[in-house]
Parts: sequence; C-alpha cells; structure tokens
Amino acid sequence: MNPFAYERVMDDKAAVHAIAANKDAKFLGGGTNLIDLMKDNVEHPSTLIDITRVQGLAEVSNGGAMIGALVRNSDLANHADVRKNYPLLSMALLSGASPQLRNLATTGGNLMQRTRCYYFMDTAFPACNKRKPGSGCAALTGFNRIHAILGQSEECIATNPSDMNVALAALQAEVHVEGPKGKRTIPIAEFHRLPGKTPQIDTTLKHEELITHVALPSSASEFATHSYYLKVRDRQSYAFALVSVAAGLMMEGDTIKRAALAMGGVAHKPWRKKEAEDAMVGKQANAQTFSAAAEILLHGAKGYEHNSFKIEMAKNSVVRAFSLALVGRTA
Amino acid sequence: MSTYEHATGAPCTADTADDLAEQDLYASWEISRRSFLVSAAAVGTSAAAGMAHAESSAHPKVAEAHTMPMELRINGETHRLTLDTRTTLLDTLREHLHLTGSKKGCDHGQCGACTVLVDGRRVNSCLLLAASAMGSEITTIEGLSNGDDLHPAQESFLEHDAFQCGYCTPGQICSTVALMDELKRGDASVVSFESGHREGVPPLTDEEIRERMSGNLCRCGAYPNIVAAVRAVTKGAGA
Amino acid sequence: MMQDASTPTQHPQSLPTRYDARQKVMGKATYAAEFNPPETLYAWMIQSTIPKGTILSVDTSAAEHASGVVKVLTCFNAPKLPKPKIQPPATRFVSLLQTPEVHYNGEPIGLVIAKTLAEAQYASSLVTFKYQAEKPQLDFEHHLAEARMPKRANTPPKEDHGEKEEAWKRAVTVFEQTYSTPFQTHNPLEPHATVAFWVGEKLTVYNSTQYVSGDKQTLAKTFALPLENVHVICPYVGGGFGCKGSSWSHVPLAAMAAKVVGKPVKLVLDRQQMFGPVGYRPRTVQKIKLGVDGDGKFVAIKHDVIMSTARVEDFVEPSAKQTDMLYACKNISTSHKMVDMDIGVGTFQRAPGEASGTPALESALDELAYKLKMDPLELRLRNYAEIDPGKQKRFTAKHLREAYQQAAERFGWSKLNPEPGSMRDGNKLIGWGMATATYPANRSAAGAVLRLMPDGKIMVGSGTQDIGTGTYTVMAQTVVEELGVDVSRVDAKLGDTDLPKAPVSGGSQSTASVGPAVKAACAQLKLKLATLVVDDAASPHHGAQTGDLEIKDGFLVSTKSSAHEPIAEIAKRHGEIEVKGEAEPNEDVKKGMSAHSWGAVFAEVEVDESSGMVKVRRVVATYDIGRLINKTTGTNQLQGGIVWGIGFALHEESALDKVYGRISNENLAEYHVPVNRDVPEIDVTVLDIPDTKFTPQGGRGIGEIGITGVAGAIANAVFHATGKRIRHFPITPDKVLMTPKESAEA
Repeated sequence: MNPFAYERVMDDKAAVHAIAANKDAKFLGGGTNLIDLMKDNVEHPSTLIDITRVQGLAEVSNGGAMIGALVRNSDLANHADVRKNYPLLSMALLSGASPQLRNLATTGGNLMQRTRCYYFMDTAFPACNKRKPGSGCAALTGFNRIHAILGQSEECIATNPSDMNVALAALQAEVHVEGPKGKRTIPIAEFHRLPGKTPQIDTTLKHEELITHVALPSSASEFATHSYYLKVRDRQSYAFALVSVAAGLMMEGDTIKRAALAMGGVAHKPWRKKEAEDAMVGKQANAQTFSAAAEILLHGAKGYEHNSFKIEMAKNSVVRAFSLALVGRTA
Repeated sequence: MSTYEHATGAPCTADTADDLAEQDLYASWEISRRSFLVSAAAVGTSAAAGMAHAESSAHPKVAEAHTMPMELRINGETHRLTLDTRTTLLDTLREHLHLTGSKKGCDHGQCGACTVLVDGRRVNSCLLLAASAMGSEITTIEGLSNGDDLHPAQESFLEHDAFQCGYCTPGQICSTVALMDELKRGDASVVSFESGHREGVPPLTDEEIRERMSGNLCRCGAYPNIVAAVRAVTKGAGA
Repeated sequence: MMQDASTPTQHPQSLPTRYDARQKVMGKATYAAEFNPPETLYAWMIQSTIPKGTILSVDTSAAEHASGVVKVLTCFNAPKLPKPKIQPPATRFVSLLQTPEVHYNGEPIGLVIAKTLAEAQYASSLVTFKYQAEKPQLDFEHHLAEARMPKRANTPPKEDHGEKEEAWKRAVTVFEQTYSTPFQTHNPLEPHATVAFWVGEKLTVYNSTQYVSGDKQTLAKTFALPLENVHVICPYVGGGFGCKGSSWSHVPLAAMAAKVVGKPVKLVLDRQQMFGPVGYRPRTVQKIKLGVDGDGKFVAIKHDVIMSTARVEDFVEPSAKQTDMLYACKNISTSHKMVDMDIGVGTFQRAPGEASGTPALESALDELAYKLKMDPLELRLRNYAEIDPGKQKRFTAKHLREAYQQAAERFGWSKLNPEPGSMRDGNKLIGWGMATATYPANRSAAGAVLRLMPDGKIMVGSGTQDIGTGTYTVMAQTVVEELGVDVSRVDAKLGDTDLPKAPVSGGSQSTASVGPAVKAACAQLKLKLATLVVDDAASPHHGAQTGDLEIKDGFLVSTKSSAHEPIAEIAKRHGEIEVKGEAEPNEDVKKGMSAHSWGAVFAEVEVDESSGMVKVRRVVATYDIGRLINKTTGTNQLQGGIVWGIGFALHEESALDKVYGRISNENLAEYHVPVNRDVPEIDVTVLDIPDTKFTPQGGRGIGEIGITGVAGAIANAVFHATGKRIRHFPITPDKVLMTPKESAEA
C-alpha cells in the first residue's frame, strides 16, 4: 500500500470540497474494495477522504425508496421497509460477500466496486488495459472463466462483480450525486459503463462528485410480491457470481403486467435490456415467456475459451429466477 | 521401500540417518559459515548508511509516509498511539498492541479470521484502517472473556470442539457473538429469503447458521462442530 | 466386535475437551508471527514476475529511499551460502538470492527489511528488476506425450505384478477411462510465518511448521552451523496440510535477513504468496483400465498417471499407489510419469497420492459397476483384498467389510434405485454414490521427556507439532491414562527442538509415533520412582522390591501391600525427576506387514437442474483406523478430511495461466475452499478395533484418510443424480451443465 494522507470529513460540502482540491484523492467508505486494491497496489490514492461519518447520508427514508450512500449493505438489506417493498434488493445484498463485509460496505461504495478480473487485481500480470491503459488484455488468452460474454470489447472482458448493482438495475434506480457545481441524477443504466476503448473508466461519476443517495422509483415496489435474486456460483455462499439474475414480476391474474430483469456476472455493467422486459408484458407467466425474454437479453452473447458455458447458464437462470419470482411470497 | 513411503509425505527417516554424515560435513563448511557471517555483517553495515539517508532525502518515485496520532477504544480501554495512516486495525492490534487473538489469514476480507466487533457489529479488521476506527468501540476476542470467565460463545466452542488448529477460532467466535445480536434484531439472511421468510424473524435452522457463518473459513473443516456450537449457544433464538 | 464410536467401551474418554481448547477460544494460543522479540523488523518477500529467465539488473534506489527501509536484499548483494542438497521433506529446492536465474513466476528474488510491515510491503513495490526472459513451458495438456519417468530415487517405482498383458485376454469385460485432477493449493488459514534472530552464531527461529527438527536441520545446513546452534520453536500451527512439512525459501531468508540487519526479523507470507513458492498438489491425468471375469472379479488392473512437475525438483503425487493394494487382483500395473514445467515445486498435500488417486479409481469402479449392472458396493465386496495384493503381505488389521456394512446401513444404501435421474426434489436432482477410503498407516521413531515437579505437576514434552490434529491432547491423555493423574496436573510441551526429537507431522503418523514414546516415558518414570523409594527411608515403600511397585491414580502403590504414596511426595523429597522414553515401529511392521487404514464413504448430493450447482446433502462414513485414541479430536479430524474431500470434488483448483505461469485465482475469494454452507451433516463412525500389531496403543493415523474416497463418492452421486459422468475435477456448475449425459448407461 502506498503512503497516503488521511482526512475525515463530517459533511457533504466538505467532502466535495476536499475531493475537488486533489485529483489523486479518493473517498473512503467501507473500504472493502478500495483498501483491498490498495494492498494489491492497484489503487494508489495520495489522500483518503474518510466520508463514513458524513452526516445525513446513512439513512433510509421514503418507504425504502431513498437510500443514503453511506447506508451499510447489511443495514440496507435488513431495513424493514426495504425488505417489505424492495425484497429483490435485500435478497441481492444478502447474496453478496459475507456478514462482516456487508457490515462495512456502503451503498455508494458498492456502486463503485471494481472488477474481480484476476489480471486486473494482480499487478504482476503486465497486460491489463483497465489498470494500465494500452498494456493489453491478458484475460483474452488467459483463464477467462469469470469473464464477460456481453458488451465486452477487445480491450477488456471484465465483469462488474456486484450483486446490489444488478438489483438496482432491474429496479431502475437513480444515483444522486453532488459536485462543486451542484447536484445531478444519473440513471443506473448510465452510471456503469461498457469498456469500449477506455476500460479504465468504470462509471460516469466524475472525480469531484460524491454519491449522496440512491433512489428507487416508488413503482419498483410493484415487484415486491414477485421477485427473486438468483445467484449461480462455485460454492453455496461467499463467492462471486458466475451469473446472477434479478427478476421481478407484476402480475394481473396469470398475466404479466410488468417485468424487471437484469443480469450480473455477464458484462462490464449490470446487463438489462428494456426489450426483454417489454416482451414479457401481456404474456402468460410461463417458461416459454421467460425463455423468450432470456433469448432477447442474451442476444449477441459471445464466449471465450473458458466461459462459453455462461450463455446457457444465463438463459437457464433467467427462466429459473422468474419461476421462483412467480412463486413469490407464498413460497 | 522406505524411500518410497518417504515420497508420500510419510515417515521421514532421512534426517535421522543423515545427521551423522551431515555433521562430518560441517567441518569443511566452517569456511562457508565464516564467509556467510562475515558477508552478512558487511551487507549489514551498508544498510545502516542507506537507512540514514533514506529518512532525510527524497526520491522522485517515493511517496512520503504519513503518520498521525490516534486514539482507539479497544476492549473498554483507550489506547493512544502514533501510526502510519496505512495501518489497518488488524495490524494495529497484532503488531502494535500485541493483541494477537485477532488473526490474519488473507488480509483481504476473504477469510474472516480477523473478525472483530466494531460498535457491536462484526467486521473484517484487515480492511478497516485504524484511522477510520477512531471513535468506535472495538471488541476483540481478548475482550469477550472476563478474566477466566468465558463468554458463552467461547464456552460453546470449547465444549463442541469447534476447531482444530484454532487459527480461525477467534474470528468464528466474534462472528457468533455478533450473530446472536443480529438474531435479536431479526436480521435476515439469504437463506431466510430462499426459504420464504422474507419478513419478520426467520427460524434459526442449521442452514441459516451455515449461511450466517459462511464469512468465516475454517480450513481444518470443523464446520459441523462450529454449527453445533452456534446452535447450542443460540438455542431459543430465531422464530 | 464392531461398535459405534458414540459408545466407546474399551476406554473412557479421559480428556473430554481438547487440551489446548481454552487457549484457542480465548485467543491466547500464540502462533509463529505473534512472537515479537524486542526491536523486531519486518521483511517482505519480492517475487519474480516472469516464469523463466535471468535477472539482468535491479534498481533498489527508490525502495532504499522509502521511509523505514533498513535493507533491500537481492541476488546482487545477498550473502553467499553453501548449497545444501535437496532432501525432502525438510530441505527442498529453495530460492535464497544466490543466483540471477528465475525458475518460475512468483519465485522469491528479493527481500525488503523495514521498520513496519506497511513500509516493507510498499518499498518492495518500488524495486524494479530487468530480466532476460526465456520461453517457458507452461502447458501441461499438450505435453503429455513427452512425459518421463521420475528422476529421483525416492519415487514410486513402476509396479508390475503378475502375468501382465496375457491376463487381459481372460477379461470378459474391459473398462477404460481417463480422469484428471487439478493443481490444488493447501491454503492453511495461517500463512507461513518465520521470526528469526541471532545471538552470535546461535540462531533462534519461531516458525509455523509441521517439522521443527526438519527446519533445524535445513537451517543448520544452509548456514553451515552445528545443529546445536539452531533452535526452532513452534507451539501452535494454524494448519499445515503438508505445505509446512518443508522449509521453503522464506525460512532461511528470514534468518539471513536477521543476520544482515543484526536484529530480529519477522517474515510472514501474504495469501497471494501462498500460491507458488510453498508447494501445491500437482496436476494429474490418470488412465485407468479394469478387466473383470464373468463374476465381476478383477483379472487385471492398470493405472497410469501423468503429472506435472517443476523442472527444478521432482515431486511425485503417487496417485496410483492405492491401486496396488486396494482390490484383490493378480495382475496390477501402475506407473507415474511427469511433464516438466517452469513452475514452482509441488509437495505433499493432505493424503498425497490417495487424495487424487481414489477419486479416479473409485469413479472408474462406479462406471464399471454400471456397465456390469452390479451394485457398486457389491463390486467392491467381490474384489475384497484379504491380503495386500501388491506386496503379497498380510495386513496388520483390516475390517473394511464391517465398515462398508455399517456405513451402508447408516446411509440406507439398500434403498438405492440405481437408475440415474430417478430421484428428484423440485428442480433438484438427487443422487447417491459411494467409494472406498484408504490410507497407509505410518509410524516413525520418536522421543518424549517427562518431568515430575516437586509441586506435583508433570511436564510431558516431545519435539513434535500440533497442527490442529490434537497432539497436545494425545500426549496429555497418555500421561493421564498411564499415571492416573488429573489432567490439570499435566503440562504438555511440543514444537521445540530442545525437546526430544519426533517426526514430521505428516503421513498421519504423529499419534502413532509420539503416543508410544510418551507411554514409554511413563514406564520409565515408574521405574525411576520405584528405584528411588526402595532406598528412601522417608517412603512407605522403603525396602520394597521395585518390581512390586506401580503407579495408580497418581500414587506409587505396592502390589503386595497397602503401602502407597503420592508420586508428588517423592518429587518433593528428591527434587525434579526427569525421564525420557523412546519408541519405534513394531517388529511386525518392520518385518513388512502391510499397515493401512480403511473406510467406506457414502454421499448424497442434489444437483440444480438449471444451474448445475451441486450441493452435498449428507455424507456417511465409517472408518477402520484401529483404536480411536481420542474421540473428540479424532472424529473432528475425520470430518475435516471429508470437508477437504468436498472441496476436492466440487471447488478447489489453482488455475495456472498458460502465458505467464502465475496462478490466476491466487486468493481465497477465487480459490474456493468449502465454506460453512457447503458442508452438510457428516455422520462419521469408527469401528474402534485396536490394531496392536501396529502400535501398543492400537491406533493408526487418521489425519489423511478422511479426504480419500470422498470426491469419488460425490462424483458417483452426481452421476446417479444426472446421468452425467464428470471425470475432470473439480465438478463445477459449468461442467455439470455442459457435460452430456452418458448414453450407454442412462
């Protein structure tokens, strides 16, 4: 870990002021990813601005729809309103990491979580465009079992490892940020990027901006009855997803009125296609409908030496997740 | 045949047989020893010089270390010390305060051996900077027992032989203590959701215990006994 | 004869809890890295980032300017050392900064010593090396044809018994298939750690090790010191599983650094450094051919193994070893060959050989059973080996038939519907599978010391190790049983080369080696006390015959009269009384009887139809391991072995990058070991029939047999659930999903 200055700020204005003043500074939240990457010498900020005590950003309000960026993952998952109105988000959060990590990790930090690509995390691998732009991508010819099948580029085939982000994408959350010039709102679909030619940039958040809240549309609570977060992984717990599915249904009798669908583990960002959701509307909730949506969502998927299995696994998982979502609370 | 067994990791008779022969070699190695000791001393002398200018002069590639005075509340006591900002809570405990009950297994939040309680919640102390822990109440395995009186979770682990090598044990026990509080609050796990208990306090099945203890690896594989220990100490908890 | 381990009758449980349990639950057990001699400095190991080549130059200037840095050592300035010969297990191929050659990616090539850990680690990132890189050989699969015989003498010979090729002509059914197992990494939860300091020419080392006297020997050889100048201490080990049986590079490097800087140096590996420079289980490809007659009896067996090896040192994973002795057959042929690679050195990992060999062999038997339409258990019973077919020698004891029967009953195997895919629970396919477990019983010479103190305490010591296996407990228990004193009076000491020498904690031999030594020391104490008191006017035994005295319940009692005296009283008058005991393998074993432990493992799995995820629902296993010396620690360790078997079956694989030669998933988030939720209820029972031909206490080792057979049983259960035969471990969801069903059997 490189040496750094540490400062603690107590309010959002001070946080924004401090980060704007130093292009090599980073915010420190739970630290579960940043400190990890600093230990690996992947990240080397000159200053850490500890925002964990910033006032007013650690609350969940508005029936679970307004989430402070500093709300810890475990608190968010267990908030009574979130469990009731947005169980998909709770379930996704509880599928990730471990209780200890969830107690540290924050909502904002989870949004900023970087990839688990081996070739990114180990600086002894010389080729990683995300870590060292222009150096190449060792994953293309390497052990690419955990890598992307959708939206990737020749420069980068890394995936976003978060579970929370997948649920937020399905629920169409918005990210509220604050910068020196004021506040703005970024739809979740635009928050995370595809790698393209600049895989070093994960998100559209600007350096001088602070994430203050994540807001869920109140209509997202319509999925409360029928939602499921399905995570396929190499062990039963405490492992990143091979693929994951956030699935929500709003039913009218046997007919789907609205659908929410996003996937994790398959792309550089949570993978959602409005067309896939729309294709389900007005249809009977059955395997055929779910499968058709999966085909749309996975259209254009491309595997590599070790991860082609993800295509079939992803399609199966979409069907399975919706089947479980359909069972819903009566399970 | 004995040499074959040897290759399987079993009896190691080689050293007993060779000891005497090796002893004979030492005389001729006297020169080797001398040369090592002398050259080690020579290399060491240059070290002192290197160190002197290291502290005074700058190098374009080298970032300067930052230290800061810190006040940490650990097991009810206040500790004041000046630390490099890079120091994690875990290294502070182990290397600076010699509270070595908290273990370092991976240093990356991937094993749970370093689990301590911060403001009553279990966290991986390897990923928490000491600086960031200022202002919090920290409890380590050393703070759970009262003299020779063990915490019920410690007692339960002892009775159920819920360990082998013991290296993950302090973390497992801290996790168990936190788990007991989480249950009191009615916290859910993903198993609660998978088994249809989305709301309210979930029943504490063995599968719930397993999921809730999955952030603590036990490489010896004492999991069945860990589950038994947690089950016993949480008896009656959950719905 | 047969009995459930839950109701032992032959011997009461004299130690209800683990001897060191209290220390462990209080966080007071002190592991190597937790010793802090005054002024200890921190070392960080720098590793190569290329797999093969030569270091041309190094720039340490930045590192030397970083705060807290005391010294940077590389091959260009490190003190020169004699080159000790490689002599496993203790002395391995190590990298001590003596040469600019790079032999594998991750090889230790430098050392930074600084005032704090953070400073040492940061400064190591500032050291830059220039290499002349050479083309490495990193591809195992495509070089199988170049496999060669092992170079070293201490490797399994090619075994050929019987009439060879002609036998196959008599086979009514021949089955042939290839299996593979991956690189696996031990990953004890406590990383390797060494704290070293010198006083003049005397070296003291706190080391996390399975073999204190091996370290002592390696360090003495490395620095050309007399043996008595080296003191190795290790009271607790946070798991070893084989990787701590050898003194890898970091051990001498810490000592070298301490000498150079003239202060104590602590060198702890981080998790990433556990993948490569400290051993791993080699990759294997195993070809198995089975021939049976019309009754399903073996007429010929062939098991050929090709494994990876480091170019710099052969390590043989003897995966075909159990095939030489497990089933009755007159024509058994086994071989082991190696493919050279530019990677670090492989080493003993829990049940080296059997752990990787039984999954292949036991899968093959299952496949054959399906081919013959025979119950897999029946196939094993038909080929039950009454004597060791390879060595043609009698076993010291074998009750495997009872183990099969007991485990099968507890599991409910008789209800098996052999049809694959015949059991279902929602979208989960349920499957049952079974396999045989086996591991050799090993024992080596060991010594122990007893000291009876004037305050009545008894110190029992041996230069052995407790790696979580219960050695402290067995030592204390033996004293309690032999002398009849309360455990509170026993002070067990181990992990110190000042104590009498004992073997490496490997090969499941510690209890079988150290237990008898402690027992012998107890006998010596009786003798010594008796000799003292018969001439002691203050003793009630004054004038008695020494042969009429014995120790009972902490008293020296007469068998001829009611005279008795607390043994503590004798020490009070005579001062501390010290005796030593030694024990070595029995004549029977020396004469070459075959000594093995046995077990039967049954597993039930559920396979998620849509994702391919496999979950083990229950494991039932019964073992014949001789006398179960301590039920608490013994059962725990057998369960732990089964957990390793689950990891072998479903999770563990170190994925070598074929371009760079590094393990890509070199951390505990991506190298998956089983977590709590992966482990179901495990029903372990032990027959508990003493094997007194093997040791006077009747116990055989149990540390390794637990892992054997399990992966085979699970693989067989996955087949039974799905109709899919996955022959390449681990059985991850992708393989389950993408493997087609077997057409012939389904």
